Amino acid sequence: MRTIETHISIPKWIEELELGKKWYKFSRSPLSLLGLVIACSTIILALLAPFLAPYPQHAGFYHNFMESCQGLSLKHPFGTDQFGRDVLSRTIFGFRYSLMMAGVVLLLVVPLGVILGLIAGYYREKIKIIEIVIMRIADIFIAVPPLVLALAICSVLTPSVFHAMMAVSLMWWPWYTRLTYNVTSSLKEEYFVQAAEVTGASSSHIIFKEILPNCLGSILTKVTLDVGWIILIGSALSFVGLGAQPPTPDLGTMVAEGGNFLPDFWWISLFPALAISYTILGFNLLGDGVRDTFVEER
Amino acid sequence: MKLSTYVIKRAGYAIFTLIGLSIFVFVLARVLPGDPARMAAGPRAPSWVVEQLREQLWLDKPIYTQYFYWLKDIIHGDLGYSIYTRRSVTQDVIEYLPASIQLIILAGIFEVIGALILGVMAGRYSYKWPDNLTRFISYIGISVPAFVWAIIFQLLFTWVMPIFPTSGMFSPLMIPPPEITGMSTLDALITGRFDAFVDVLWHMVLPALALCLGGMAQDARIIRAGMVENQEKDYIAMATSHGLPERLVTSKYLLKPSIVPAVTVMGMDVASLLGNAFLVEIVFMWPGFSKYGINVMLSKDLNAIVAVVLIMGLIFAIANIIVDVIVIHLDPRIGGK
Repeated sequence: MRTIETHISIPKWIEELELGKKWYKFSRSPLSLLGLVIACSTIILALLAPFLAPYPQHAGFYHNFMESCQGLSLKHPFGTDQFGRDVLSRTIFGFRYSLMMAGVVLLLVVPLGVILGLIAGYYREKIKIIEIVIMRIADIFIAVPPLVLALAICSVLTPSVFHAMMAVSLMWWPWYTRLTYNVTSSLKEEYFVQAAEVTGASSSHIIFKEILPNCLGSILTKVTLDVGWIILIGSALSFVGLGAQPPTPDLGTMVAEGGNFLPDFWWISLFPALAISYTILGFNLLGDGVRDTFVEER
Repeated sequence: MKLSTYVIKRAGYAIFTLIGLSIFVFVLARVLPGDPARMAAGPRAPSWVVEQLREQLWLDKPIYTQYFYWLKDIIHGDLGYSIYTRRSVTQDVIEYLPASIQLIILAGIFEVIGALILGVMAGRYSYKWPDNLTRFISYIGISVPAFVWAIIFQLLFTWVMPIFPTSGMFSPLMIPPPEITGMSTLDALITGRFDAFVDVLWHMVLPALALCLGGMAQDARIIRAGMVENQEKDYIAMATSHGLPERLVTSKYLLKPSIVPAVTVMGMDVASLLGNAFLVEIVFMWPGFSKYGINVMLSKDLNAIVAVVLIMGLIFAIANIIVDVIVIHLDPRIGGK
C-alpha cells in the first residue's frame, strides 16, 4: 500500500497567532460561546432563508387579505401582517438584509480606514501634511452623531438599501482610521520597528509586516463589536423610511410598518424587533469574547 | 495648561471641524440630481419664477461662490428658507430645538443617575447577584435599540399600566404656558404654572427613558469595571484599615476615580442621545427638533437638512467640551496633556 505523505506547512505568521491557545481562552467564557452560537445561527438563518422559511414567497410582493393580521397559530407561529404575509418567514429573510448591511459596510470600511490610519500614523513625523489631511478629514465625519449624518446623506439620495450602505460606510471609516492611527503611533516608538528602520527595511515592509499584524487584535475586536452597531444604524435608517423600502423584508422596515398597527396587532413589529435585538446581542457577546481573547490586559 | 485656554483651544478646533462639515454637507446638498430652484418653487410654478429664485439663491454662480454667500448668511444668523415649513429655517430652529434639548437633558440626567446606581451596586457587590443583575440589564440595554424601547413602552403603557402618557407634550385639557424660552418646562416654572410643569415632565418620562437606556447600560458596565479595578488599590486598603466606614470609602474615595472613564465616554453618549432622539421623537410624537429633522429629510428640504446636521454637530461639539471640562475637574492629572 502506498502512503501519501502530506506536508502541510503552516505559514509562520499563522503559527505566531497561537490560535489553539486563543480558542482555549475564548471557550472558557460561556457568554462568549453563547455569542458565537447566536452569531452563527443568524448567519445560517440568513444564508439558508429560502429553505428555512415556511413561506419563502412571502418575502416580497405577496398578499392574501383573507389571512391578514392573524394572531399567533401553528400555521403562522409569529402571526401574519397586514397583507397576510407570514411574519416568521419575513423575519428569517430580514436577517439577510441586516447582515448584508453589516458585511458590505465592513468590507468597504475596514481596509480603507485601516490603510489610511497606518499611513497617517507612520508618516506622523516624516510627512506632517499627510497626517494632518487624513486625520482632519476623519474628524469632520466624527463631528456629528453618526445616525444624523447617515440620515442626512440618505435623505438627499433616493432611499434604498444600497444608498444606506454607502451612507453608513462614509461615516464609519474614520473610526478605523483613528484606531489604527493610535495603535500605529505608539507602535512606532517600539524597538522592533526602530530596528527594522535601522536595517533599512522599506516603508511598506514596516507598515504591513511589522505594524499591521500588531494592530489586528484591536481591529478584529472592533469589527465584531461594530456588526451590532451597524445593524442597529441600518435598522434605524429603515425604521424612519430612509433605508430599505417596502416590501423588502428588512427588519427595521418591518418594525416601522408594524408600528402603524400597534397596539392591537403587536406581533407584526415585535418579532422583527426581537430579531434585531437577538442579532445585536449575539455580536456584542462575541465581540466581548474576542476582545478578552485578543487584546492583552494591561 | 489653564482651563480657559484649553476651552478656547477646543472651541477653535470645533469651529474648524464644523466649517469642514458644512462644506461637505453643502456640497452634498448641491451635487445631487435635481434642481433645487425647481424644488423650492414647486412643480407648478412658471419658469420665470424658477429663474428668479435661481438668481435669488445664487444657484447660477459657481459652487464656491454659493458657499461663501451661504456662510455669510449663516454668520448673520440666517439659515435660509425652508420649503417644508415655508418660512425661515432659523425660525423653525428657534421653535423646535428647545423641546428636544429639554428632552435630551432629562434623558442625560436619567442616564447618569441610573448608570451610577447600577454601576456602584455592581462594583460594590461584584460577582454577587447585584453584579449579575446589572450585567443582565446592560446586555439588554445594549442590544435593544432605542426605537424598539419606544415601541415596547407604547405597548406597555397604553395597555398594561397606563400611568404615563405615550404621546405629545401636554395633556389634551392642559393650557400650555406662554412661550418665553421655548422650553416648556422652564416656561411653566417662570410663569408659576406648576401644574403645567408636572404635566410636561410626566410626558417626558417615557421618551427620555427610551432614549437613555442604551447609554446607561454601557456606562454602568464602565463604572463597575472602574470600581472593581480601584478596589485593589493601596489607598483603599489604607482607608479601610484606618477603620473608615465602608459607605464613606465607597462614596468618597472609590467612586471619584472610578467614574472618570465613564464620564469620558459620555461625550459619545451625547451622540447616541441626539441620534436616537430622531427615532424616539417620532414614536412618541414629541414636537421637537428631531421630528422636524426627519420631516425635512423626507421632503428633501435642502437648507433645513444642512441646518439640522450643523446644529447637531454644534450641540455635539459643545457637549464634548463640557464633558472634557468635567473630566479635567474630576481628574486634574488629565488636564496636563
